[in-house]
Amino acid sequence: MDILYLLIPFSVLLVLALLAVFAWALNSGQFDDLQREGERILADDGPALDRHQAP
Amino acid sequence: MVNRSVPAQPGSVYDDSAVRLFAIAAIVWGVVGMLVGVFIAAELAWPDINMGLPWLSYGRIRPLHTNAVIFAFGGCALMATSYYVVQRTCQVRLLSSKLAALHFWGYQAVIVLAAITLPLGITRGKEYAELEWPIALLLTVVWVIYAIVFFGTIAIRKVRHIYVANWFYGAFIIAVALLHVVNAAVIPVSLTKSYSAYAGVQDAMVQWWYGHNAVGFFLTAGFLGMMYYFIPKQAERPVYSYRLSIVHFWALIFTYMWAGPHHLHYTALPDWVQSVGMVFSLVLLAPSWGGMINGIMTLSGAWHKLRDDPILKFLIVSLSFYGMSTFEGPMMAIKTVNSLSHYTDWGIAHVHSGALGWVGLISMGSLYYLIPRMFGQTKMYSVKAIELHFWIATIGIVLYIASMWIAGVMEGLMWRAVNPDGTLVYSFVEGVKATIPFYLVRLGGGVLYLSGMLIMAWNVFKTATNGRYAPVSIPQVAAYA
Repeated sequence: MDILYLLIPFSVLLVLALLAVFAWALNSGQFDDLQREGERILADDGPALDRHQAP
Repeated sequence: MVNRSVPAQPGSVYDDSAVRLFAIAAIVWGVVGMLVGVFIAAELAWPDINMGLPWLSYGRIRPLHTNAVIFAFGGCALMATSYYVVQRTCQVRLLSSKLAALHFWGYQAVIVLAAITLPLGITRGKEYAELEWPIALLLTVVWVIYAIVFFGTIAIRKVRHIYVANWFYGAFIIAVALLHVVNAAVIPVSLTKSYSAYAGVQDAMVQWWYGHNAVGFFLTAGFLGMMYYFIPKQAERPVYSYRLSIVHFWALIFTYMWAGPHHLHYTALPDWVQSVGMVFSLVLLAPSWGGMINGIMTLSGAWHKLRDDPILKFLIVSLSFYGMSTFEGPMMAIKTVNSLSHYTDWGIAHVHSGALGWVGLISMGSLYYLIPRMFGQTKMYSVKAIELHFWIATIGIVLYIASMWIAGVMEGLMWRAVNPDGTLVYSFVEGVKATIPFYLVRLGGGVLYLSGMLIMAWNVFKTATNGRYAPVSIPQVAAYA
């Protein structure tokens, strides 16, 4: 099963990369105010514009 | 139908032309892919209808069906919604309209090439990775363009927080790229023929490492991105627990990678690798159900909305099928259960409860939300037709999976039945004959599901021709809040 010598190190590298991304997200304040972030998307569309109207 | 008039200040409106194209393409490919599915279901009941033509034979048309529904219908739905969601949640236009258009036309070229080569028998013979090396290469280029547009848009976002749906879409884009590159490693011998870089059981391991992770990242993570945006939007309530959605994301992507060996139970794959695959498959039940409960509970306190709103019915029922198939999957990955279920139609039942129930319904619900907004409307041309589509599709799914469950368990029991002297009770063909009535019920379920898709196509056509394209402005936000 030589292929495991490729696939397992590959998975380990991937997990390390994921950990790095998770650490970035944690330290850059991505998870600071989760309550508000969950609600924010409810108001993300502005009014639809008439196509002749300058936006 | 589509007016692409450029607004005076392009920076202040969303860039929806690629979203609109991908959404329409998803509907068209959905009809085509499901029609091919109905045809091959009929071939199993009446093999003669291939009329002796090799390019209509089951073995060549079946990969056409799987590629069309997964990568053409599902892929276009994911691309339409990801471009829609990433702009709304980042409150910024796409990084580049030109690259997004190139992504659209490149992806359509891959689909058309697949539709030509697969019936001609030009294939690498790997399930869900059939496309020969020149097309696989083109797909790689198109995918890199997709990644540039998606992650580039996140990079220029106006909202500091990256909404959870974008994490799921992002994981889908990166993981599918990695899987595709590893599994598509081949040695070409001509333009239409290549051999895998791996051999024997090594190749099988790579194939199912790819195959099951494609289920995990294409058919699960991507559509969870859809779920986390369109359910809160349609229900007009924030997701039940935003904190749980973050935990769900990280738990899912950290544990997914090693479920693949459960496709190779009782084969030449080393026993311990099979067991590792089984254990990882069982672990996956937890994050899967966490996400399912989180989505459904978003309606907590507003269950009455489910009664009146057919789009919410699509979205919420899709989650119940997600919950069902993510319970069934780990159970089928247990080796003793697998010894009964493997190679039978139970596998087909499991796949279609995920594909028709989860992936199909969540895509249809999200597209019903998105498409009117692409044509300056707030709702579809006919809401009654959405309701009708929902019931026809749901009855179709139930007929489909119930008949295949029964057929699968019956086949498993017939194949393993032995006489006291050790000989087999049933010959293989007796099992096939016993399955025919269930193939007919399955065909009926498939016809119903396709009929629902045709109703959707009509409804989308009427919505598009009655509406007109109106650009949607980006609301003013406190910069980088």
